[in-house]
Amino acid sequence: MSNRIFGVVGMILAFGYVFAALAIEESFLSDAVGPKAFPLIIAAVLGISSAIIALRPDAEPDWPSLGRLTEIAAAVVVMLIYAKLLPVAGFVLATACAAAYLTWRLGSGPAEAVAVGAGTSVGIYAVFHLILGLSLARGPWGF
Amino acid sequence: MELMSNLADGFAIALTWQNLLLALLGCFLGTVMGALPGLGPSNGVAILIPLAFTLGLGATPSLILLTSVYYGAMYGGRISSILLNIPGDEPAMMTCLDGYPMAQKGLAGEALSLSGIASFIGAFLATWGLILLAPQLVKIALLFGPAEYFALFALAFMTLGGVSSTNQAKSAFAAALGLGLATIGVDTQTGVPRFTFGEVHLYDGLDFLVAIVGLFALSEVFIFLENRHGGTADKSKLRLGRLYPPMSMVKACMPTMLRTSFLGFLAGVLPGAGASLGSFISYSMEKRLVDKEKTFGTGDPRGLAAPEAGNNAAAGGALVPMLALGVPGSGTTAVLLAVLLSLNITPGPLLFTQNPDVVWGLIAALFIANFMLLAMNIPMVGIFTRVLMIPSRILMPIVAMVSFVGIYGISGSSFDLMVMIGFGVMGWVLRKFDVPLVPIILGTLLGNSMENNLRRAVTIDNGNWWTLVDTPLAMTLWAIAIIGFVLPLLIGARVKAGMRLKKDQEGAISD
Repeated sequence: MSNRIFGVVGMILAFGYVFAALAIEESFLSDAVGPKAFPLIIAAVLGISSAIIALRPDAEPDWPSLGRLTEIAAAVVVMLIYAKLLPVAGFVLATACAAAYLTWRLGSGPAEAVAVGAGTSVGIYAVFHLILGLSLARGPWGF
Repeated sequence: MELMSNLADGFAIALTWQNLLLALLGCFLGTVMGALPGLGPSNGVAILIPLAFTLGLGATPSLILLTSVYYGAMYGGRISSILLNIPGDEPAMMTCLDGYPMAQKGLAGEALSLSGIASFIGAFLATWGLILLAPQLVKIALLFGPAEYFALFALAFMTLGGVSSTNQAKSAFAAALGLGLATIGVDTQTGVPRFTFGEVHLYDGLDFLVAIVGLFALSEVFIFLENRHGGTADKSKLRLGRLYPPMSMVKACMPTMLRTSFLGFLAGVLPGAGASLGSFISYSMEKRLVDKEKTFGTGDPRGLAAPEAGNNAAAGGALVPMLALGVPGSGTTAVLLAVLLSLNITPGPLLFTQNPDVVWGLIAALFIANFMLLAMNIPMVGIFTRVLMIPSRILMPIVAMVSFVGIYGISGSSFDLMVMIGFGVMGWVLRKFDVPLVPIILGTLLGNSMENNLRRAVTIDNGNWWTLVDTPLAMTLWAIAIIGFVLPLLIGARVKAGMRLKKDQEGAISD
């Protein structure tokens, strides 16, 4: 079933892509092919292959339990918050929190998670910023 | 001898303190990444690319660093295969078959050093193969016009689809998805924005580095979260015993190593095949050829040497089409292509005439890296076995954070980080569906030049689309492409069933 849904989603994607391609405004100065042709060819490949996936589905993938799925969703949310807060909170604090969260969810105890989070963050800061001179996000305190 | 003088020039470039140090660092990091389950050559190289940029390295030094990582990962993959029966990366999965039984018999040290020697022979011969074959390929490639290049790109996608997935439709889907992503941004020929939906960030197109790091490295983190594999290896398994194999064992394996090096190299040169196929066919061939007493699979040293020589040779072979034609033969070489493109170097025939220093410096560095790796992987292999003690609950967050740091270091924008997370989720979902990720990467990398070549070819011929199949060269390429796509449909199922048998979920990124 999942494969059929996947195929149908792919077909919808292909149709959306076709519409977006047809909506491209052509410039008055164009080559013989124009900006639409290649996207349309790709859309055709995308659509056909999705249709085949939907019509001849593979074996069902092995989906994780709901608990595991929420785990991944939560990690995604944490990463998105991390990406947003990075310029605001500064590299060291944001990274320590995010790394501690991931370590905790992968099975560390709370104390170990905090220690690993802080260690990862400070370690990366030291190696990448202090030694290698990479510019990292600067928060209110300059790190 | 032109070749020898080129090579001598290359050594002159590679033998500076900076480059030697970078090669050493690359070899070390590569072996570590290869050894750790979950970090293969492609994501290892991917997360190090930003590092190479921010260090402000030039083209040759960055390539030396990253190809050393690549070769190193090929060596390192065997360590956890032999000691833990878990392949450190996908090409190393065949090494489990005889390596782990050897370790169980108490021959872990011998297995490690023998496979180190096999790796060295495979990589060493393949580097010679690269030197001899690449310039010949360049001569052919100089005859290519835009139509032939378009056919060549199509060939790369179609043969890649043939071997990298059990389902051709899914690899076609992946290729189309990657090419589609590449069309986002301002059209290079007419200057009109395409698929940007008014988002200014998208006008430049998606940065393929963001896509690569997201698809490879972040999706791996999600896989670990899903399985909650936070643990560490069983300490008792990490005992090595004697480190050097008896001479007789090496001698007995020598014909096997030479044969499989050759075979692996060929497998690597074929677009789309890569190191995993190289080790697989090497093992199968040797099993058929020399396994008279049915000892393969029970700890036969030849069964250990075959896949190791094969996968390292394939790693060298995969560099041939990447450098000579600009069409990578595997996932990791696709990532290396991304490095070149980001450095504004277009691989292909012109690379050899315009930037010979890059090519020959790289080749010389490969030789140097090989000797360094031999030294690291036999007397010093104990260091790397200790790396296996790092539990992944500590390792994976570091991987995630280094990925974020790298991408942020390049672009300094939160938007790119969000896109990367999006790619990470996409990579996770696609891996669940067994959709290969390498065609997506290849699509985002080659999409623009594929389209440009198509449009150039048709425009030169006044809008005549038949020009694409007009020359014998183009027709040959199309014929190979079609055979490469159809043949696996007929005979591939059996081969791939065998390859998948030993595949674990965590090493599932194919090289």
